[in-house]
Amino acid sequence: MAARSKMILGRVAQAIPVVIGVVVISFLLTRALPGDPAAYFAGPAADEASIAEIRETLGLDKPLVQQFFYYVGDLIRGDLGTSLTTGQAVLTDLGARLPASLELTLVALLLSCAIAIPLGVLAATRPGTWVDHLCRVLVTAGVSMPTFFTGILLIYIFYYLAGLAPSPLGRLDFIYLSPPRVTGFYLIDAALAGDWETWLGALKQLILPATTLALFTLAPIARMTRAAMLSALSSDFIRTARAAGLSDRKVLFGYAFRNALLPVVTTLGMVFSFTLGANVLVEKVFAWPGIGSYAVEALVVSDYAAVQGFVLAMALLFVALNLVIDIAYALIDPRIGLN
Amino acid sequence: MTASTPDTTRRKGDTTLGHIVYVLRDNPVTMLAFAMLAFFLGCAFFGPALVPYDPLATNAARALEAPSWDHWFGTDNVGRDVFSRVIVATRLDLTISVAAVALSFVIGSTLGSIAGYWGGWLDAVLNRCLDTIMAFPLFVLAMGVVAALGNTVENIIYATAIINIPFYARLVRAEVNIRRHSGFAQAAKLAGNSDLRVLAVHIFPNSLPPMMVQVSLNLGWAILNAAGLSFIGLGVAPPTPEWGIMVAEGANFIVSGEWWLAVFPGLWLMLAVFTFNLLGDGLRDIVDPRKRT
Repeated sequence: MAARSKMILGRVAQAIPVVIGVVVISFLLTRALPGDPAAYFAGPAADEASIAEIRETLGLDKPLVQQFFYYVGDLIRGDLGTSLTTGQAVLTDLGARLPASLELTLVALLLSCAIAIPLGVLAATRPGTWVDHLCRVLVTAGVSMPTFFTGILLIYIFYYLAGLAPSPLGRLDFIYLSPPRVTGFYLIDAALAGDWETWLGALKQLILPATTLALFTLAPIARMTRAAMLSALSSDFIRTARAAGLSDRKVLFGYAFRNALLPVVTTLGMVFSFTLGANVLVEKVFAWPGIGSYAVEALVVSDYAAVQGFVLAMALLFVALNLVIDIAYALIDPRIGLN
Repeated sequence: MTASTPDTTRRKGDTTLGHIVYVLRDNPVTMLAFAMLAFFLGCAFFGPALVPYDPLATNAARALEAPSWDHWFGTDNVGRDVFSRVIVATRLDLTISVAAVALSFVIGSTLGSIAGYWGGWLDAVLNRCLDTIMAFPLFVLAMGVVAALGNTVENIIYATAIINIPFYARLVRAEVNIRRHSGFAQAAKLAGNSDLRVLAVHIFPNSLPPMMVQVSLNLGWAILNAAGLSFIGLGVAPPTPEWGIMVAEGANFIVSGEWWLAVFPGLWLMLAVFTFNLLGDGLRDIVDPRKRT
């Protein structure tokens, strides 16, 4: 057990240079921003002297290295700057909008796994049949579909033509009140409050954007499941299990699938990163009030503090997530050494 | 193998060209991909000269018309011909992605070769830097870079190039690293070639086949990325025809049923990405048949 915890500590230590790198890049991006922050804070009526004075109070006259340490100090205090559009601290804004994005991403990933993993398993166990071909077509088409375009197509079909979906404007139709905030996840909050009508309303709003994202993530998960299953099924222990007379079911799910799951879990981490990026586009299409659309709105009006905060927050979230996946991976699989 | 078979098998796989022809005949999908690539290149080179309407000319009298014989893809909200705009946009979209991929190819190859050949602290530093880039959700990093550098088409290219560099650098590093002590490299060194020359002329060319596959797959991805950035309003400015922007503008009309504004540019974009993905898969079959899925 001691070796295991040492491995985990080692993996955590590995993440440290990456975090430092992320902070450095984010700092450089902030300093490369167009415009002089001192001139901005001084206002349009300021003269040279007062701009210089503000530059001094902001620490902008110091050498770049020293400025970097000021920046890190701000970050440690959780200060990502103030958004120009909302007038609030960027961290507060991001915190308020993060649950919307996470709810969308997680539901999409669940949906996608529910389709892609069985599809991949079926394709691997019946190579050359129609399931296999369907899997291949879906995979190739899936990676070619721009998410924003899929979203628009779905809106046209299910909202305009079929009239099944509610108007694609945000997390909840205006006839409902948003549930009391506990977790920020509308589905959970509404269920906690016992308000099933709102729960259904929130679910209806969620289906189309989640499907859009799920279609996007289907391809890598299905492809990975298929490949992992194929390699697991062709390995020696499966032959042994078959020879020992175990049932097909037991061999498939008890032995092959459990071993195939490990690479699939790793892929999920990678897919999550893609999804965080794709979220930005899907949130814009569906007017979803998550952090992606927050960043897009900020970009449009050149609200750079908000954009940088968003980029940094996403990167840190992603590093943390990968760390958790790697550690979980090591806990699941006793053979894995983290080096 | 028996004595009678080598004759026939050898004839097929003898030359590179012969092998390519053999693989293409075996896989009509790759042939289709090459045909589609030729079509898109034709659009990019000759499109602006061939389209029936000026892509920027407005005609308020014929705004928002559904597809017809006059306007194959219909007209948009100010009466511009969607077909002409979609075709003309090919050049810009392909230019952005080709330029971005070429940049990351050159930079990635250089960094990867150096790290793979000399190793040591150079290698370690490069790896940490690449890890850092990969630590960002890539589309988000591209957004950040464009926001910091300024909102222009060139910066879209730079941003797309930056997020692609790690893929090339890692690939080249691995390919160079496994060959740096191989017999032919040592022979070249002993024959009096400098390190740089051995690396550039003898070792690096070996990594080109897998790189070509990567380039093809990456081109599709670069188009998606660039279109995504312009979809959220970065890079290309509105009147210019570009697929991402056209989908974004068309999205406002989809809820009232004018589907052709967004659907045709979106389909074209999809088709272009699909072409490059098919091409990449086909090239991989030619380069490395074992990886075939």
